[in-house]
Amino acid sequence: MATEAHGEETGLVFHPMDQFNVKPLFGDGAVHWYTPTNVTLWMAVTVLVIFLLLVVGTRGRAVIPTRVQSIAELAYGFVHKMVEDVTGKDGVKYFPYIMTLFMFIVFANFLGLIPMAFTTTSHIAVTAVLAMAVFLTVTVLGFVLNGTKFLGLFWVSSAPLPLRPVLALIEIISYFVRPVSHSIRLAGNMMAGHAVIKVFAGFAAIAAISPLSIAAITAMYGLEVLVSFIQAYVFTILTCVYLRDALHPSH
Amino acid sequence: MATDANEAAHGAAKGAMEAAHGAESAGMPQLDFATFPNQIFWLVVTIVVIYLILSRVALPRIGSVLADRQSTITNDIAAAEELKLKAQEAEDAYNQALADARVEAQKIIAEAKAEIQADLDDATAKADAEIAAKAAESEKSIAAIRDGAMQSVTEVANDTAKEIVSALGHKADAKAIAAAVTERLKG
Amino acid sequence: MEGDIVQMGAYIGAGLACMGMGGAAVGVGNVAGNYLSGALRNPSAAAGQTATLFIGIAFAEALGIFSFLVALLLMFAV
Repeated sequence: MATEAHGEETGLVFHPMDQFNVKPLFGDGAVHWYTPTNVTLWMAVTVLVIFLLLVVGTRGRAVIPTRVQSIAELAYGFVHKMVEDVTGKDGVKYFPYIMTLFMFIVFANFLGLIPMAFTTTSHIAVTAVLAMAVFLTVTVLGFVLNGTKFLGLFWVSSAPLPLRPVLALIEIISYFVRPVSHSIRLAGNMMAGHAVIKVFAGFAAIAAISPLSIAAITAMYGLEVLVSFIQAYVFTILTCVYLRDALHPSH
Repeated sequence: MATDANEAAHGAAKGAMEAAHGAESAGMPQLDFATFPNQIFWLVVTIVVIYLILSRVALPRIGSVLADRQSTITNDIAAAEELKLKAQEAEDAYNQALADARVEAQKIIAEAKAEIQADLDDATAKADAEIAAKAAESEKSIAAIRDGAMQSVTEVANDTAKEIVSALGHKADAKAIAAAVTERLKG
Repeated sequence: MEGDIVQMGAYIGAGLACMGMGGAAVGVGNVAGNYLSGALRNPSAAAGQTATLFIGIAFAEALGIFSFLVALLLMFAV
């Protein structure tokens, strides 16, 4: 509404947020919880691509891998090493869960970069569910595995005694801010990049600056490819870091 | 918990906003709470499907492939190690044979040398003996010649002395002259 | 009339909120630059710290994203 009003004045039309609209795939009705929407479509595509890469690509079980199989093995090794490095040996049993998160986010991000595609991870609803799942898992796991010792995470025993309550307050606040920053980081990054690309695309309507606009879109696109991967990596590694807190709460 | 509160707050804010803007649609699709149940439902479905695919099929398969490859590599490395050891052994044997042959050759050379030396010594001794015999013979003949020459000198001296004495007008006594000449020659 | 003033305030606020992203830029640059200078001093230890680097960048960047979010909220949701 705001940008549209602005656009009418200058002759430019910006709709940077329209790409994030959730629309039903069939018809124009209301969006119920079961309605197949573009969210459904692109999540299905994500599942399909992951299936193609990790299942169909490795069906040969070749000792000398094909290209697709080596990509799958690379992804496996990448996440496995990350889990093992950050959480230690006893974190490896949560590897499938973390691998699921990583594969979903990285492919949702990359698929969102296809022109006309819908970026599922740019929605707070999606990333908040992912982050809350991680947060709840970590919290429950921490209490189940360590009992009340898990609260030692907030009681910094290496600090001087008078400082500890203050630190405990800060630690508790930062602990509960985790899912917020965890989810908003991913959604915000995705949303920001796509919106900026759309804004640059809006400038292409003016013939004189359209080459500049296209160059800017190209540059942003390259940056977005990088950001897509890095955000997936960051989400995953932060999950690992939180998981390590649950497994080894002592500082 | 925290997010619930957040969502509630957002919902309240949105409600207020919608009231303010009337029928106008919300600007940010991300905050359009009507679509949240839909997204969350499909997300959960997706995540569960991906989790099942990964944990049931993909990850065990890739893990076993990687383990297979690791064991294959380990076996190959062991085989290579064995072959290397064999090659090492072969090289050692070769070196041993070479050293043996060298020692043998040295022995043969030494023997040949000794033989040659012996032959040489024999020949030298023989030649030395011959030379010595020849030298002795020569010595003998030289002595004979010298004696002969001495004899001749005495005769010549006697003759010469007799001639000289007779020339001087004396009757030369042969015996005396000979005695005198012998006397002189000795002196 | 009143709505216009509210909208004007929202736009001004959105612009001001974007200044927070400059802070995130400074923070990310600081993290990356310090990582690089440390890595050049001790290259053998650099490989083990890339995860820490990305975590640091992520934390610094998240705060910039918050200000971006505030700007978007002011632009579209207020």
